[in-house]
Order: sequence, then structure tokens, then C-alpha cells
Amino acid sequence: MNRFAELLDRLAYEHGRNNKLRLMTDYFRSTPDPERGWALAALTGVLSFPYAKPGLIRSLIAERTDPVLFGFSYDYVGDLSETVALMWPAPTVVPSSSPAGGGNGERGEPQGASGDDPSRRPSGDPSFPFRAPEENSPTLTAVIETLSTLGKSELPQQLARWLDALDETGRWALIKLVTGALRVGVSARLAKAAVAALADKDAHDVELIWPGLAPPYLELFAWLEGRAEKPASGDPAPFRPPMLAHALDDADLAALDPADFMGEWKWDGIRVQAAAGARGDRRIARLYSRTGEDISKSFPDLLGALRLPGAIDGELLIVRGGRVQTFNVLQQRLNRKTVTDKLMAEFPVQLRAYDLLADADEDLRPLPFAARRRRLEDFVKRLGEPRIDLSPLVPFARWEDLVAARKDPAAAGAGADADAVEGVMLKRRDAPYLPGRPKGPWWKWKRDPFIIDAVLMYAQRGHGKRSSYYSDYTFGVWTRGADGDQLVPVGKAYFGFTDEELLQIDRFVRRNTTDRFGPVREVVHEPGQGLVLEVAFEGLQRSTRHRSGLAMRFPRINRLRWDKPPGEADRLERLETMIARIEEGRS
Amino acid sequence: MMSRVYVMAMRPEDILAPTPAGLCCKRGSFHIDPTRPVARALITHAHSDHARAGHGAVLATQETLDLMRLRYGEDFAGTSQAIGYGESIDLDGATVTFHPAGHVLGSAQIAVEAGGLRIVASGDYKNVADPTCAPFALVPCDVFVTEATFALPVFRHGDPGTQIDKLVRSVALFPERAHLVGAYSLGKAQRLIALLRQAGYEAPIYLHGAMERITGYYASRGIALGELRLVRGEKKAQLAGTITICPPSVLREIWARRFPEPVTAFASGWMRVRARARQHGVELPLVISDHADWDGLTATIAATGAGEVWVTHGQEDALVHWCVTRGLKARPLDIVGYGDEDDEPIPTRSEAERACAQP
Repeated sequence: MNRFAELLDRLAYEHGRNNKLRLMTDYFRSTPDPERGWALAALTGVLSFPYAKPGLIRSLIAERTDPVLFGFSYDYVGDLSETVALMWPAPTVVPSSSPAGGGNGERGEPQGASGDDPSRRPSGDPSFPFRAPEENSPTLTAVIETLSTLGKSELPQQLARWLDALDETGRWALIKLVTGALRVGVSARLAKAAVAALADKDAHDVELIWPGLAPPYLELFAWLEGRAEKPASGDPAPFRPPMLAHALDDADLAALDPADFMGEWKWDGIRVQAAAGARGDRRIARLYSRTGEDISKSFPDLLGALRLPGAIDGELLIVRGGRVQTFNVLQQRLNRKTVTDKLMAEFPVQLRAYDLLADADEDLRPLPFAARRRRLEDFVKRLGEPRIDLSPLVPFARWEDLVAARKDPAAAGAGADADAVEGVMLKRRDAPYLPGRPKGPWWKWKRDPFIIDAVLMYAQRGHGKRSSYYSDYTFGVWTRGADGDQLVPVGKAYFGFTDEELLQIDRFVRRNTTDRFGPVREVVHEPGQGLVLEVAFEGLQRSTRHRSGLAMRFPRINRLRWDKPPGEADRLERLETMIARIEEGRS
Repeated sequence: MMSRVYVMAMRPEDILAPTPAGLCCKRGSFHIDPTRPVARALITHAHSDHARAGHGAVLATQETLDLMRLRYGEDFAGTSQAIGYGESIDLDGATVTFHPAGHVLGSAQIAVEAGGLRIVASGDYKNVADPTCAPFALVPCDVFVTEATFALPVFRHGDPGTQIDKLVRSVALFPERAHLVGAYSLGKAQRLIALLRQAGYEAPIYLHGAMERITGYYASRGIALGELRLVRGEKKAQLAGTITICPPSVLREIWARRFPEPVTAFASGWMRVRARARQHGVELPLVISDHADWDGLTATIAATGAGEVWVTHGQEDALVHWCVTRGLKARPLDIVGYGDEDDEPIPTRSEAERACAQP
């Protein structure tokens, strides 16, 4: 448990993906079976035991500590689990004091040595024993095995015994584990990539055999360490690594021959893979995200439609009244813990198919795109499910036609769905389906972003490589306030600029700081003094969380406008007009 | 029974009383760790919040005087007098004795005795092993004046050895990166180096320029710190896989850009609380403190046998509450000005920032 706790501890502080990978791979390499397998299960979120409620943790600590001291501590730390982990009283240590002499002679034994305080430890003795001897602390394996068989009434006592035996970090990790909230910024996919790295393999390789595996994954580690054959996939509905597109610049177009390509709309939804198959008599259907996360649980309403064995690559959208809704609407259906009937009725999902990777047992990926497209059209027709439809082709003979379609999708065939179109896709007719992002066969050409000029208001330092740079920017636009015009923050951006521009902004921030709030600096922002940022973004929605009442989608710094006085930056009214136009289009 | 008679005869406040300038002994005409210039000052240790320049006469350990001289220059006080651990001196009817506080090199607790009553002003202290200073000595007393920097039961510093292991393992795991460890320049930095050496880390350890003189002084006092190098002038690539100790304030400043993809570490008792570590962008928090933790404070208070406890700075409320529940008389002293050097994990406006704010 200690090693696992240390790993979680490091992961919780680490921001960089590659560094997280390195930490996990190192753990998997240096930790024996079955401990590492259970750790993998915990990190990928596949463990299932009844989780402990925060109330239980609270009552355990209440039995053991002074309520006033707990109050002070909780107030200071601000997190219940962490407070409990830190102030959990140490098991008794026998004190032995060693006075330094110089006493009055008349003085007797120090009165405090009554030994009734469990937190006592000898002072003045440099060699006092520290807590939590290794041999007493439970292994992760023991914790998980015990939890899955333990009766509910036994949980409090068992938890207390473990908490007694662990150190601060161990207790913190244990509480995270038993309350079911690891939250260390590691996705299941990343954990699999870390295991795969044991053998220079890719997360995809693990993903393919994953559904046939179970904790503590002995056969997986045996294979990765070259001690055994690759475990059989055994999965009738596996995830297939997706093919991704490169962004197209206007300039790239001239070098391409329109006759080689087919066009599609680029939908503003989420890319998914719908796979179906059968194990024995049982039909298995799964929905995967682009990165291979199994998101089936969130979309039971779509799973039923996956009646035919095969694998569709497509876009998940919300369709109401025969009309595709914007991403803002789709977002309300995502990341829900429970999916109610009401939610499914209000946000009906649709799979808009644009590729077919497998038809029954036949792998179609080696076929050229044009051939796969014909198979897809046939497949969707055979399915006959209203929830699964075909993403239409965008016909063009010359690039000018495509340019026009991108500019006005509604007029080019997207019709009422045009608001959910965020550009066009170009796919080479003769290209097989290749995992990853090969350059050449697929291009994405997004519509032009929204652009505004905003004023830099606050800056915060970044993480990792950027930890000494002010690289996170809060920017605002003008609005009428009580005392005339004032800036209201409308968004935050931390990319889009070049390394050289980052240096320039960093220098500007350091030289023009007007106030500090912890890690945040307020930067001068007055009509005649300050920095104007040209901000690009993909969409706007109303938000009660922001003072401006608006939230931007995917905002980034497009350009630095050193030439523009802040007083000439945009006003909130301009954003209001933009959002009104978006909403008009939707209704 | 005799001491009881004396206690009746004299109140502790008659010997030592809190004033705006710090703890004052009227009878002996001196202040302990005064926060503003006074005629006669007794200094517990050389941290800048306790040892200020400009007093008329200063009584302190030789190390504390040397460190003050290093920091403030030759004229840091009108006159100075050194006193050894265990030595007593009579100041106009008050007997003062210096005892090791285990906080940093030269740190002392000051026992003041008059009329059979003993008050110990402990300054900052810790009751755990430290290879760079004399171990804390328990001094039985009637009134114990204690700090309360980490006086919440959530602060348990644990074994510094495990934190050093964590650092060394991280260096091994990320050999292409530099490890930057923020540590206070006086005490923590040298203890960190000594702990690394104890753990068998033999590679050269790099220092920020601000650490140079004090670390040199520690070495001159016979503390084994191994090979030390200044960062100044080193090539970026050369710093991969190394450990550099620097003041916390420069961890995320322009200065840090000379290191290859630095891992930001910080050695402090504050690192026990995640929100605090995160707030300062620390990636590798190391819980190593030169102050007593909750268990250390409470065990020490109990062991002194003091019936009355005065709490100077930190989380006074919690410690006073604990004393009261143990049947001890306790009160906060509300002296303003302590904790400036050690309490603030990262000063809001650092030297580096001031420097680069100028065009």
C-alpha cells in the first residue's frame, strides 16, 4: 500500500502527461504481482466494492479527536479526507524524557509525564521511533481483497485498523481508494499506456486485449515482460485505434488534386466508435471514445440500436426535431454519473456514421476509403435504425466548390444542421484506414473561428516547463458599469501563442503588475494602458458561472495587438450579438 | 513547597512581559528577540524575524553572532557578547542561561530566572535529530514560552529520511531533468544537504548564490556537506540529473529557466498540506521542517513541567486550547513580527521579482 500511496501522491502533483506515464511505468516495473495488478485496476477504475461514505470517515475521526482541534484543522486544510489522513492519532509510543539538567533541584518529575496522551513521543531524544512500521501496513492486495468480502458492519473497525497502520500518505491514499475517488488526473487510457510502456508497446495493444482480462492482470504483465504469449483478445466488440486528420491550411489546398478526394461535413460533436459482436448467444455492443474509453454506460439509448456485428466510426450528436443541435447542447448529456429516462428523452443521441471498420468478422480497414464508404452505406441501410444515419458526402468538382461549402454549409446541403457543422473533411478515395495521424490521406478544414479583441486582466504561472512563465491569461471586454466603462472577464486562455510571444507577454506581466492574489497577478488594464489580445474561439454559450454571463469554447490567443490601445478593444455587446445570432440559428 | 512561596511572591509577568518590541525583562533591562531596535537584546537564533540589526548590545551564541555578522555586516549591533550552551550570566538580578533549541546552527532557548521562578523562552525549536545543530535540550521550568508555527494536529513531519529518499528516487527516475529544491537559506538548506549526504548521495550539490556564504559558514564549523558547486556559470545540459538548493522565492522565477525542465521541490513543514503545495506550483513537496510538529510541541510542553504556557506565533488558538484541556494555564502573546522568514512558504514579492521588475 505504501508504494501505491507514494505513486498516487506523486501523480496528484504532476501535471505533465509524459511524467505521469514515467511514474506509473516505474511503479509497474518495480512492484511485484499481484500488487501492481490491483494498482492498475484501481487506476483504470474497474474495481467494484461498496464504497465508504464520507460520513463514516467523519465519525471515525470524531471518536478519536478533540472536536475543537478537528474544527481548527479542517478549517485550515479544507478537505475532509486529507484532514482525517493527517490528524489520525498515532498509535501509542512509550515516552522517555531526558531533561538537560539545570533544574532547581526542588523540582520533581515533570507533571506532564502522565502518559495519557497517545500523541506523546519522547523529546530531546533524536532516535525516537517513527510511526507505521512497514510490516504492519497492509498491502493494496490485502485491502482490496478484504474490501470485496467485508460485511458492511465490519467496515468501520477494519478501516480504523488500517488507518492505524499507515502513515500520512498511506492514509490519504486509503481514504481515496475506499471512498472511490482517486482523482489524480490519470485516465484509464493513460494507465494502460503506462503498462504498455513496460514492453515498448502502445496503449492500443493493451486496449485490444483488455476486455478479456481481469484484475490482477497476471497474464498481461507476463506477456509484457516476455514470460508468456499474448493473452487472447476474446473481445467480440474491441476498440480499434482511430485514424485522425491533419489540419489543412488554405495554402495546402493548391498542392492537392480535387479528383483524389471525397468531402464530408466536419461535425461538432464527439468522435465515437460503435462496436458490436456476439459472445455465444449474447450480443455485445460498446461505445468507445476517440481515446478508447468505454463510454457505453452513458448512452444506453444508442447501444440498443447496434444490432449488427461490426464497427462504425462516426460522430455522436444530439438530434431534436430532425435537427442536429450544437455542441453546447451535447455537452449537457456528457459526463453524467447517472443517465435518467428524462435526460435521454430531452437529449436524444444520434450516431452519424462516416466509416465502417468491420462488417461482421470482416476487417474493412485495408480497403480504400471509397470502397469502405459503399460498404458503410449498405450497412446503415441494413441496420435501418433511425438513431444511426449516414453522414452525407459534400460533392465538389473544383476546390472553389468546397471553399463555398465550407463558407456556407446550409446552402451546400447541410441545411438545418449547418449550426453543428464546424468545417469540412477531406478524405483520399484510395486511402486505407490507418491508425494514428498519417499525413496526407485525411485533412480537416475547420470553419474560421470567432475573433474578438480583449484586454489582458490577470495572469497566472503555468505548470511544468512553464512553471516560471506567466502563461495562463484571463482577459476581458468593456461593458458599462456603475462608474462608466469597465472591463469584465470573459475567458481564460493558455495557448495559441508562440514561444517568443510567451516571453513577450511574460515580460509585460512582470513589468506591469498592479496587484497579487496568491499565484495570480493583476496586470494593468486601463483604456490607455495594457495589452490587447486577439482571442479566437469556436463557440459561445450562456453561463451562470461567469460574471459576464458568457463562456467561450476553446479560446486561444490568436495574436498580440501591441498596436491597439485597450480602450479600442471589443465590448460585451459584441459578444451578446454573437450569441444571439447563434441562438437564433438554433431555434 | 519553597517554590510555591516564591511563586506567590513573584508573578511571571514581573520577570518577563510581552511589549510591542517583544518579550521584555524590566529587571534585567533586556529584550528577547526584539522586533525593533533596543538597548540590550538576547537573540535566540539568527533567522531575520528573530535577529534584527541595530540593537545596542547583543547577547547570543557565537554561531548566532557570526551568522548575524554575515547577514548584516560587521556593524550589526553596537556591541556583542557570545555565550555558550549551558552558560549562565547574571543581568541585574535576572539569571539567564542559554540551552540548545535544535532549530538551526547556534539556536538557543533562553532560560530567565529570578526569585526562584524560571521562564524558558524557547524561540523556534524542534525536538528531532538534525546533523547540522546541537539537539534540543529539555529545560524544566515554571513558564514555557513556545512557538506555534505548526500547532495543528494535522502537522506531523514524520521521518525526514523518507522525504530524502523520495527526492533521490525522483532524480533517478528523471535523469534528464534538474531538481530544484526550495529551502530557507539559513538552516534548512544546510540540513537538506547534510541529510542527502547521510543518505549516501555523493554527487555534487548545486547552490543558488544566496546560499553560498551561510553554507560556507556551516562547512567551516565542521559540518560535513560534501562537494558543493554554484549554479552560476553552469551550462544547462550540465544541470540535468542534478540537485540544486535555492531560496523558495526563486523556484518559479526567471532564474529557474537556466535548468533543463526543472522539477520544482520545496522542503518545508507546510508541504504537509496539499492545497498549500499546489498553490505554489510545487511538484515534489518534501515535508522537512526545522520547527516542532504538533506531537513535538505538545510532548515538549508536557515534559517541561511548566504550569503556564505562553504562545508566541503561529496557530496559537489550537495550542492554547490543548494546554487548557490539559489543565495548564495558557495564553497567546500576540507579538507581531515573528514568522516572517520561516512561515511564509514563498514570499509574495521576491528579490528576483523586484530585480526583474526594473527595466
